Amino acid sequence: MFEHYLSIFITTVFIENIALSVFLGMCTFIAISKKIDAAFGLGIAVIVVCLITVPLNNLIYNSILKEGALAWAGLPEANLEFVGLISYIGVIAAAVQILEMFLDKFVPALYNALGVFLPLITVNCAILGASLFMIEKDLKFGESVVYGLGAGVGWAMAIVVLAGIREKLKYSDIPDGLQGLGVTFLIVGLMSFGFMSFGGISL
Amino acid sequence: MTVKQYKQILSKPLLEENPITLQILGICSALAVTSNLLVTLVMCVALTSVVSFSNLFISIIRNYIPSSVRIIVQMTIIASLVIVVDELLKAYDYETSKKLSVFVGLIITNCIVMGRAEAFAMKEKPFVSFLDGLGNGLGYSIILIAVAVVRELFGSGTLMGYEILPLVSNGGWYPANNLLLLPPSSFILIGLMIWGIRAYKKDQIEPNEYKLSRHATAPDLSKKELNV
Repeated sequence: MFEHYLSIFITTVFIENIALSVFLGMCTFIAISKKIDAAFGLGIAVIVVCLITVPLNNLIYNSILKEGALAWAGLPEANLEFVGLISYIGVIAAAVQILEMFLDKFVPALYNALGVFLPLITVNCAILGASLFMIEKDLKFGESVVYGLGAGVGWAMAIVVLAGIREKLKYSDIPDGLQGLGVTFLIVGLMSFGFMSFGGISL
Repeated sequence: MTVKQYKQILSKPLLEENPITLQILGICSALAVTSNLLVTLVMCVALTSVVSFSNLFISIIRNYIPSSVRIIVQMTIIASLVIVVDELLKAYDYETSKKLSVFVGLIITNCIVMGRAEAFAMKEKPFVSFLDGLGNGLGYSIILIAVAVVRELFGSGTLMGYEILPLVSNGGWYPANNLLLLPPSSFILIGLMIWGIRAYKKDQIEPNEYKLSRHATAPDLSKKELNV
């Protein structure tokens, strides 16, 4: 059982890395990777939010939206999958808001460190993407917890690595037009080719 | 507003303020769906219609949205539009909808849609907002289509499924560049595209934070100082 969870974790972190293999959360990935500190803070926030929202969406899907899931309420033919998207994003927005209030009240140090990144996360497609992939893979509740954690850790790792490279990069002599955004794209492309080499691993 | 201003709102996001290459918005889908031109076109139509109509509807009710809950209200409007698009696609083009998988759903969190709603539709009148949405959608489409044309033409020798460059494996002369079929290649293509646009539009170049200084170890000695 433990091995099964471990293999899901390793697969999501490395082989199906949410940033570098399926390219989600790219806007923030490129915009907020100039400094390692900021990248690290955002990474932690993504891990926490993923870990909360993916299992939550899994519960909602399996107990309310899925075809036949409302049988206990006397509606065995109800299929609410078409309102899926709006409920997942609602859950994410609500979870982020609650997390923000909770941290503000009980862990002010962490709240100040995460600061502006928390509200930004609502519109980070890595979070919604993780939930949608979880639905597509049809994971059970336990697996979805591990999947959420793995997705968050993979994204966080990728952004910290990119920030490290970009911090060194600002001392190098780059052609004018490539400066900043252009060269970042090239680097992410190369990193992503690197991550493709994990694709051969089978667990 | 005059017709000229309308035109400007529509054409500005195409190249000058392109959402992808300048504002870094909505990149995720630009990478994942561009290996095939047909799929890309469907995605572009889906995104352009969602961003224009979300701008329109948000702008219509902009004076009634309390600012503390505006994100949720915007999200609800956008998500409903995306659901409509998703269901339409499933009904009329199931094959393409399967290929796009989660990426239609991810239009909800596409930063272009949110960004335009927040930055433009919350302040301007409905018709202008609709045009702005249309312009940004088209700006996104231009980049996506350009990337998709390069990837499909040189990666598999076809365009929209029709053979353009006959492949060696089919008895033709063109050896396919399989690298372009891998998703990371679109990063490199967009990177190069940004370089191209900035070589033409010099004002988009980002300043270098740390300029290289001239080499300091070798003093510049002229003949006079050496007394020769």
